[in-house]
Amino acid sequence: MAEMWINMGPQHPMTHGLWNLRVKVDGETIVDAQPEVGYLHRGIEKLCEGKTYPQIIPLADRLCYGSSLTWSHLYCMAVEDLMNVEVPERAEYIRVLTIEMQRIVSHLMWLAAYAGDLGLGVGFVYTMREREVFLDLFQALTGARITYNFPRIGGVAHDLPPNFERDTLRAISYFEGRLKEYEDLFEGSKIFMMRNVGVGILKKEDAINMGVTGPTLRASGVSYDLRKDRPYSVYEEMNFNVVTHKDCDCYARYRVRMDEMWESCQIMKQALKKMPKGKVRIVSPRNAPVGTGLARVEDPRGEGMMYIVGDGTDKPYRVKIRSPIFVTVSAAPKILIGYKVADVVAIMGGLDMCIGETDR
Amino acid sequence: MNLFEFCYGIIHWLVDLINHLWYWLGDVLPWWFGDFFDAVGNFAASQGHMAVMTIFLEVVIVVVIALINVLNFIWIFRKFMGRMFDFYGPYYVGYRIGGWLQNLADGIKLFVKEIIVPAKADKMGYLLAPIIYIGSSILILATIPFSENFGVATNESGSYVPAGALFALAAFAIAPFSILLAGWASNNKYTLIGGMRSAAQMMSYEIPLLMTVASVFLLAGSYGFVDIVDAQHDIWFAFPLFIGFLIFLVCLAAEVEIIPFDLPEAEAELVEGWTTEYGGMRFGLFYFTTTIRSYAGGALATALFLGGWHGPALIPDEIWFLIKAYIVYTIFQWMTWSLPRVRVDQMLGIGWKRLLPLAVINLMIAVALKSMGWF
Repeated sequence: MAEMWINMGPQHPMTHGLWNLRVKVDGETIVDAQPEVGYLHRGIEKLCEGKTYPQIIPLADRLCYGSSLTWSHLYCMAVEDLMNVEVPERAEYIRVLTIEMQRIVSHLMWLAAYAGDLGLGVGFVYTMREREVFLDLFQALTGARITYNFPRIGGVAHDLPPNFERDTLRAISYFEGRLKEYEDLFEGSKIFMMRNVGVGILKKEDAINMGVTGPTLRASGVSYDLRKDRPYSVYEEMNFNVVTHKDCDCYARYRVRMDEMWESCQIMKQALKKMPKGKVRIVSPRNAPVGTGLARVEDPRGEGMMYIVGDGTDKPYRVKIRSPIFVTVSAAPKILIGYKVADVVAIMGGLDMCIGETDR
Repeated sequence: MNLFEFCYGIIHWLVDLINHLWYWLGDVLPWWFGDFFDAVGNFAASQGHMAVMTIFLEVVIVVVIALINVLNFIWIFRKFMGRMFDFYGPYYVGYRIGGWLQNLADGIKLFVKEIIVPAKADKMGYLLAPIIYIGSSILILATIPFSENFGVATNESGSYVPAGALFALAAFAIAPFSILLAGWASNNKYTLIGGMRSAAQMMSYEIPLLMTVASVFLLAGSYGFVDIVDAQHDIWFAFPLFIGFLIFLVCLAAEVEIIPFDLPEAEAELVEGWTTEYGGMRFGLFYFTTTIRSYAGGALATALFLGGWHGPALIPDEIWFLIKAYIVYTIFQWMTWSLPRVRVDQMLGIGWKRLLPLAVINLMIAVALKSMGWF
């Protein structure tokens, strides 16, 4: 069969979101690939310039539907850096607790989508069911299920609701049991292993050269996690491991995310245990000084960064967002070439695409 | 009384009734009309014509009953999937019968949809492919008897479609041609890849399938369903030919394209595979036909390996046959929802490297059993 280009997207079940992957196939083998992003560009960076600092928090939530809280937290951290605001310690602990919960929710959504991509029907439904447990906790905490609008400049919106600690511990113990079940469901399936082991190899050097971050980088054997390497919030007081895997393939990416969910549970437990009493929010100034603010966090998908320039008014002069997936997707051709069409879903699913933050 | 006698009775009565009227009409009309009427009436009452009409009636009865069962199968598919996925499945349409009417509601919805032919499609192939696919699949149903007395027979003594099992498998194997045609004629890259995959898959899984069926034919000493089932009176072939039974189920899963092997319509990679460009009732019929093939697969597995309609006499034979077919189908669905999809090269590898040698071993076991005189 002659070589031909296939458009996988913008409307295709493989694309979680609105983007296009053009692959050139020779029969079933991929010989070339071109990712095209930009279908979901909403101009968020520009929109931010017309809004006051607190008004941007819900907008930052909309950056990623999978892990919205990480992005509003990142924005708040950047503004706090700009305004030199000290956050109360209890607020920092609540932030860490919610971010780790968000990481679990995000990874579970990834796992569900991944199972759906590989055709594993029950995997999709069961992981979504467990995600619901944490979404209910978020609902109790913030009143919303996807976009929470919870962090504030100088703290969080409000304190934990009654019994939140007890419910969270219950959810964690329930989820830790379920995590073992998933390992049986996924890794106990021979076909799942056939589809994952040795597929989509991204070598360590390539991953570093292309600026890939997050679980994809850690699955290539690089121990790089901002929570450990450049601790923000109160992460230096938490005891957890940076999960890495040396296999560099889709299975390694799956394994890293599964172990990260486990580590997130441990961090949540520690955060609940060490949480001090006190205020959760201080009143932040309305106008930012002339200067710049920078924050970097470990998003569930990689390293997120925000850079804010203040000009003395109550609106930012410029906001720059560094998206982890925008960088990761540029590495996709390198991973894809040489594999089969059917591996596209496994490989691109394993990268955990989120187009909201990629196109911004 | 078997189905042939029943249908023959009906046809005989009908022909008598009509011929009374006919001859009377011939009598009152002028003489040259009368001769013609006599000739037609005599032809209608002739043995050959009555037998042909009887077989037509039998086929209609058997196929309609099978199609109603296929509706049940779709209902089971949805309900079972729902239970596995933590929801109820169809519920409101036909509330008192567990949402059974949902299928009919969906069918009506698909019927009233606009029929669209893609502008760049090859019209002839695009329209012909569903006809071949559906026709060949319904053809399978006509050959499968529900019991010794309930199936398409060719004369009063109840001698069934000669080589019925062989005929059913032959009808089963026509489908890849229509799938390839559909994939090519739709003029779409996804459908093309889906059609190619389907052709590769069905070709490579047809061979181990037929080799396991050959072992059954060998033990039973016949190509007909009734003889094969009678040969399993003492022991089901699934026990001596256990390897063969497993190979048969795996190959059947590949033939009816359910999830570990549903590469031709892998929705994550190829949108809907070779059915991408089909809409409305054409898609509905493809969907329905896929279930027909699943039903036929379950019935074939029942007849060839699971003792057919044999079972304790508490329940009628026909119901035994259907129960077994339903169980096989439910196992298929269970497999579908709890396994991921294999890749195309792995699928071919499984077919040629694993199943084919195993099928040969199975055939050798059958030969050994036969030559030792145990069957």
